[in-house]
Amino acid sequence: MSSVPRFWRNLGSRYNLEGTRCEECGNYFYPPRNFCVNCRRSGQIEPYKFKGTGEIVTYTLIHAAAEGFESQCPYTLAIIKLDEGPSLTAQVVGDPEKMYIGMRVRSVFRKLGEGGERGIIYYGTKFIPADA
Amino acid sequence: MRDVAIIGVKNTNFGELWDQALRDIVVEAGIGAIEDAGASGKEIDALYVGNMSAGRFVDQEHIGALIADYSGLSKNLHIPATRVEAACASGGLALRQAIMSVASGCSDIVVAAGAEKMTDVGTEEASSALASAADREWEGMAGATFPGLYAMIAKLHMHRYGTTSEQLAEVAVKNHKNGYFNPIAQYKNIITVEDVLNSIMVADPLHIFDCSPITDGASAVVLAPAEIAHEYTDTPIYIKATAQASDTIALHDRRDITTLDATVIAANRAYSMAKLKPEDIDVVEVHDCFTIAEICAIEDLGFAEKGKGGIVTANGETSIGGRIPVNTSGGLKACGHPVGATGIKQAVEIVTQLRGDAGRRQVEGASYGMTHNVGGSGATAVIHIFSRER
Ligand SMILES: [Zn+2]
Repeated sequence: MSSVPRFWRNLGSRYNLEGTRCEECGNYFYPPRNFCVNCRRSGQIEPYKFKGTGEIVTYTLIHAAAEGFESQCPYTLAIIKLDEGPSLTAQVVGDPEKMYIGMRVRSVFRKLGEGGERGIIYYGTKFIPADA
Repeated sequence: MRDVAIIGVKNTNFGELWDQALRDIVVEAGIGAIEDAGASGKEIDALYVGNMSAGRFVDQEHIGALIADYSGLSKNLHIPATRVEAACASGGLALRQAIMSVASGCSDIVVAAGAEKMTDVGTEEASSALASAADREWEGMAGATFPGLYAMIAKLHMHRYGTTSEQLAEVAVKNHKNGYFNPIAQYKNIITVEDVLNSIMVADPLHIFDCSPITDGASAVVLAPAEIAHEYTDTPIYIKATAQASDTIALHDRRDITTLDATVIAANRAYSMAKLKPEDIDVVEVHDCFTIAEICAIEDLGFAEKGKGGIVTANGETSIGGRIPVNTSGGLKACGHPVGATGIKQAVEIVTQLRGDAGRRQVEGASYGMTHNVGGSGATAVIHIFSRER
């Protein structure tokens, strides 16, 4: 999957949906950005913890897994638009047959995948139907 | 800026070339293109090589120097050699750098090559290398694969515009039909819509036959200032536009998931530079890494209304003999997709068409051609327009 420090570096974001917000223009960033794409040098970036609610913009059921995700295959991957504005890529847990574009979802803490020869297990954010 | 012409072209065979190394195929393409131009190695002023990931595919970096060396351009001639990387758009970008080098007057005769040797590693390693064209930290670490990203584009396109799996399949069927007439194509077999729909699902709604294959291959073109192009060939093909645009690395950050803004912007820049409109283009090679990618491309380049790409394809408008033939080479789908080579191969195909040398896949009377090369899920787009007339 990836090296340990590389994953751990963003642990707060991966575990708790910690992103950022630009105080200057009011835009939210998840994944976090430390440089505002709208204001650039005049931006003022502050940490922001997302509520974790949003909706499915689009999704797919993956049958040929990414490296490290073989044991979960098939799995649903989606682009989720958070209520604060930004979108992210994450897995949605649940019956793929019941998922649809526009479905309301909320974030949960789950096992993400397994890493390489050392068999490290990664945890992070997935989503489930909002009413589950 | 000087006008620039292509005076020589060459593709190697595309496929699993188990008996040839990366350096072998680039040298074959490079020497072939120089021969086609009737030039000699001594005249070459610079070399640009498009290559995405030799570090992962063959554990070799420093590709510019390697290729110059084995092309006989280093030891005595010491020409400058530059590797260019923009994921699957590396080839198109190498061509663009070469054009700018000639247009600026820095160089006269320049070789733009592209190559990828992808089959020395297993499919898993190759897929992982390709996934590095997307955002590893915020797409890959969530479990995204490359087909998965394009599947999400397809899903939303279908939801919003009513595009069907059958229409996606028509792209693959057409491109295999074109590949059948291209001697270098990886796949020369005719397939049906049912074959595509019955092939295994990779990422819903994309089947394996909706995906371009893993391929070894190299391509090269030789460029010259337009003023002297006729000294080398009776049929120079002129560059009317070179354009490039960027977008967010991650698909989820795009303004619209079903539009590649980088394609739209680069196309606008190219049309304006060439003073041409989509209706003026006679033949186009687009970046069909997946069937949905061709549908989005023909919409974003202005050959079909947004949302109508599937219908236009199913109607035969993009077939040879149709309104705007797309991917006469067989595209990435059937000709194959050695990622670093693809952008150059597209240029070789358009030059071949404009010279009137495309045989059974010739578009009659083609005067203007276009190439469209995409990196990742659309973070880079490189577009070129070519003409028979200066
Ligand atoms: Zn800002």
